[in-house]
Amino acid sequence: MFDTSELVLNMGPQHPSTHGVLRVVLRLDGERVVDADLVIGYLHRGIEKLSEQRDWTQIILLTDRMDYVAAASNNLGYCETVEKLMSLEVPRRARYIRTILAELQRIASHCLWLGTHAMDLGAMTVFLYAFRERELILDLFEEFCGARLTYNAMRIGGLPLDIPSGWDIKVQSFCDIMETKVAEYEELLTHNRIWRDRTRGIGVISGGDAIAIGLSGPPLRGSGVPRDVRKNEPYAAYSEFEFDVPIGAAGDTYDRYLVRLEEFRQSIRIIRQALDGLPEGPILGKVPRLIKPPAGETYHAIESPKGELGYFIVSDGRSNAPYRFRVRPPSFCNLQALPRLIRGHLVADVVALIGSIDIVLGEVDR
Amino acid sequence: MTEDGTGSGASPPGSAPKATTTSRPAERTKTIAPPAGPVDPPPPPHVPVPAFIAALQSTLPDTVQQISFWVGDWTLIVDAARLPEVATYLRDRPDARFNFCSDITATDWPPRGQRFDVIYSLYSVPLRHRVRLKVRTAESASVPTVTGVWPSANWLEREVFDMFGIRFEGHPDLRRILMPDEWQGHPERKDYPLEGPGELLMENPMDWLKLRRSQEIE
Repeated sequence: MFDTSELVLNMGPQHPSTHGVLRVVLRLDGERVVDADLVIGYLHRGIEKLSEQRDWTQIILLTDRMDYVAAASNNLGYCETVEKLMSLEVPRRARYIRTILAELQRIASHCLWLGTHAMDLGAMTVFLYAFRERELILDLFEEFCGARLTYNAMRIGGLPLDIPSGWDIKVQSFCDIMETKVAEYEELLTHNRIWRDRTRGIGVISGGDAIAIGLSGPPLRGSGVPRDVRKNEPYAAYSEFEFDVPIGAAGDTYDRYLVRLEEFRQSIRIIRQALDGLPEGPILGKVPRLIKPPAGETYHAIESPKGELGYFIVSDGRSNAPYRFRVRPPSFCNLQALPRLIRGHLVADVVALIGSIDIVLGEVDR
Repeated sequence: MTEDGTGSGASPPGSAPKATTTSRPAERTKTIAPPAGPVDPPPPPHVPVPAFIAALQSTLPDTVQQISFWVGDWTLIVDAARLPEVATYLRDRPDARFNFCSDITATDWPPRGQRFDVIYSLYSVPLRHRVRLKVRTAESASVPTVTGVWPSANWLEREVFDMFGIRFEGHPDLRRILMPDEWQGHPERKDYPLEGPGELLMENPMDWLKLRRSQEIE
């Protein structure tokens, strides 16, 4: 009597809740998702190819454009990889300031994630609250390096500039503000019945499956795997600070939310320790005027707000540009798990899940 | 930043790579012959080889062709035909347990017969160590897929196929991922043109390459 054939629904690439130009081709049985195919590449600018034609220093600027809501993390990953390739020593003060910047960036990125994720599920207020706090971080970055989005905030071997006078006090007071605001977000969402109904039991993935499919960052930790590059393979100054790696239990959207919310607090904790122990000294190591790493290759990973951000760089030892520049984008690898997560859920949950794995299309497509 | 820009073009290609380097990459490719392959330095004698590599060599002899060590990273150059065997071994063996495939990528060394290296960056979540596998392949050959060992390899292999044109034998869904489906050519190859004539031929850069080459000959 009724025709029950599958319906193919195109979501995106111009859809507000796909967080950019992501196209999801859904095959639906009624309102249930049978399968999904993801179409990406709309924002492909060939950053890897471009970088192979640029100076080692110029590439820092290109890395800003990948995960454009966490530019400082991209800078950090790239600079550390080149430093590893050149066996450069970075001064302690520079490593501390880099850590502060990376953690501020994590808070800013998580603010953007929380705001948009909550708005996708109908909680408009959280969006306004989270962007209000993100603005404070952008102001801090503007004071540090003059830019609000694409910072170009680091150099190979250290930092371009020392922190302005009084900046550390401002960061300190921002931490105090942020701590109360995280409690505010929690009040709005954690025990909110609608929020819980929309997120609990949605997109469940076990720890073993999450590792196999290549998830990293908060989505992996939400499934109960205590893997954090900051803890397991410490870089910058993370080995000198105390912090916890929050993990979830159920591996659903709600647990991934709780993990990120706890990461706000841990980031504040790291920033406070770094500010208290901020050593004096130079901010740039002994860097040759012409950067030309010896021939060789290396892979180095950091924990960006989205997950494991890795750089694989090959130097031929004689030109001013890398021979091969490869980015392991966390968003790209996490997005791969989306079809597996949304199978069997409702169309409305697709938005929840895209928000929950926190992608930036600039990084997926590069 | 300027470098010793003396004698660019004066010396024959490849004779003195240091002296001919200029700051412009376009000129550099004309004056210097491209490197023939990666360095892959062997481990120095004072660095002990990890136990799992020694165990792999004794359990599956002839699979590892070369071991390399550079700035703390271990790389195993593996026979392409036996890659799935090595991958499964490294994933399941209790002292290796590389259950997380971080990254798959490739490098292109056009002068070499087997011009591509496919590189697998592996990580072990329980044991917290890393290793890289490297497989050499020619343009006409294909590499066996590792999607059966690590499902995360699916998109990563698709990207390598899209960017380099390396085919993965047995891949469940080998399509382009970042470039449009009808695109011709593989952008990450070293012989892919860096400039195009504009909108008209943008869909077909290889035609443009042929056009430019014919003009150069004239």
